[in-house]
Amino acid sequence: MMGGKAVLTGQHFMNGDDACAEGALAAGCRYFGGYPITPSTEIAERLARRLPEVGGVYMQMEDELGSIASILGASAAGARAMTATSGPGFSLMMENLGLGVMLELPCVIVNIQRGSPSTGLPTMAGQSEVMQARWGSHGDYGIVAYAPSSPQEIFDLTILAFNVADRYRVPVIVLGDEVIGHMVERVTIPPADQIPRWERKRPAHPPEFYVHERFKSFRADEDNLVPPLAHAGEGYRVHFTGLTHDEIGYPEMSAETHHELVTRLVNKIRHNAPDIIRTESLYLDDAQIVVISYGCTARSARRAVLDARAAGIPVGLLRLISIWPFPETLIQELAQTAETFIVAEMNLGQIRLEVERCVRRPVRGIHHAGGAMIHPEPILDAIREAAGLR
Amino acid sequence: MPTEIRLSGFGGQGMALAGLLLGKAFSLYAGREAVMTQAYGPEARGGASSANLVVSDTPIDYPFVEHPDVLIAMSQEAYTKFRPTAKPGALILIDEELVTPNGDDNVWAIPATHLAEDLGRRIVANVIMLGFFVAVTGLIGREELEKALETTLRPKILQLNMRALATGLEYKS
Repeated sequence: MMGGKAVLTGQHFMNGDDACAEGALAAGCRYFGGYPITPSTEIAERLARRLPEVGGVYMQMEDELGSIASILGASAAGARAMTATSGPGFSLMMENLGLGVMLELPCVIVNIQRGSPSTGLPTMAGQSEVMQARWGSHGDYGIVAYAPSSPQEIFDLTILAFNVADRYRVPVIVLGDEVIGHMVERVTIPPADQIPRWERKRPAHPPEFYVHERFKSFRADEDNLVPPLAHAGEGYRVHFTGLTHDEIGYPEMSAETHHELVTRLVNKIRHNAPDIIRTESLYLDDAQIVVISYGCTARSARRAVLDARAAGIPVGLLRLISIWPFPETLIQELAQTAETFIVAEMNLGQIRLEVERCVRRPVRGIHHAGGAMIHPEPILDAIREAAGLR
Repeated sequence: MPTEIRLSGFGGQGMALAGLLLGKAFSLYAGREAVMTQAYGPEARGGASSANLVVSDTPIDYPFVEHPDVLIAMSQEAYTKFRPTAKPGALILIDEELVTPNGDDNVWAIPATHLAEDLGRRIVANVIMLGFFVAVTGLIGREELEKALETTLRPKILQLNMRALATGLEYKS
């Protein structure tokens, strides 16, 4: 079944899960290891059909532990690799997410969030894995997560996720939700030559060069703290271990090596944050009231902000497209001029606490535990109240 | 103002496909913004199921149908469940052999399932209803829906569905 088109250039009326799968294919993903789970199942279904058409591999794994382990292996062998899941599966992936961070293997993990915790609400939306996406695996580390607000954006962000993963040798999470995964909207897929592509940093010399001195898979360049990646099977004699390791990749049990390695893993994301962070601003220039939201909830926040602006209230919207790394500097700057901050999210305060940390004052939260998308009305009510109109 | 459309029936009548075809026609061929959502979970497996469309000239923020301007009901259970959600003056389109409406509705009736059986396949009642929707509401043109059918359905079943669309369109006149 080879010879299918990897990039379905044109306009489609498509749900977010399918758009995510097409974004992966357009980005050059050729390996998917997964265990289907509602509400992400359509991603696996579509890739099971589409990957063989373009010479890729869809691997039905025995569970989510195996799913993420397999994409790390595929990545180490040079493939762009992805898995997709929802809350319960995301929890099972946490251990090997940390392995991916430690081995610095680029990969994309999609979490179409449903009502959590535990089995929760399989068919209904949630946004409760924001902190799990940041801190779910043990240890200090840097991570990247993007939160799409439409089927078009999950297509675009899946491509960006692969690019950021490759450029920074880090697992990247696409933190979607059931509303975005299942809603059907217009998705425009550009021509193949207009799909942005950032490459992995690769060894400077062919394998034969590294005869007397071993190639160092974990010696980072000074410029951006990212080491070049040699793929398994290319002849560079690479070694990967989850143990604390030296620059070649061999275990080295010392406090100095550990401190240096983990600090670099954190700083690699921290120092490159300006290149990774994405936000969208609406009416922020003169805003006294700032609404911050992301994912499906940002759609309601936008409606509320537009309605409040129409009523003359000086309110603006900061939509977080990247959740991690967090846009601390931008929010700190906004806090210089804006008085009131409102966070709308379908959890009980995960990003609100992050915003409070940045603005150093109480932040009003519009929260819901999940199962139903937050309506524009309670957000508009909070804006009116902040403007002294209630 | 956005227009809200709810297509309802029992599981298996093809309301999801009808919603997808109609949304695609609005979104890709009529220059409008459109969002389709569906009920997932146990309620979508048999019983009264629905596909829901918001159509607008400006970007759509809140994607869910709350109070439909147009309600299509292909079963009594769907009519009973969803009629109260519709706006007071909403257009109601029913399969007249499967739904008995309450007296005061703005009701447009067509024997869609019966007409589908006449075409040889009961399963195209959903597309007959789409043709009827075009004729009654004037919200979208025949050509746009034909394009949606052409780009969505397999060639083997396309001609039958084109006939079904024409059947629904011509029934009103």
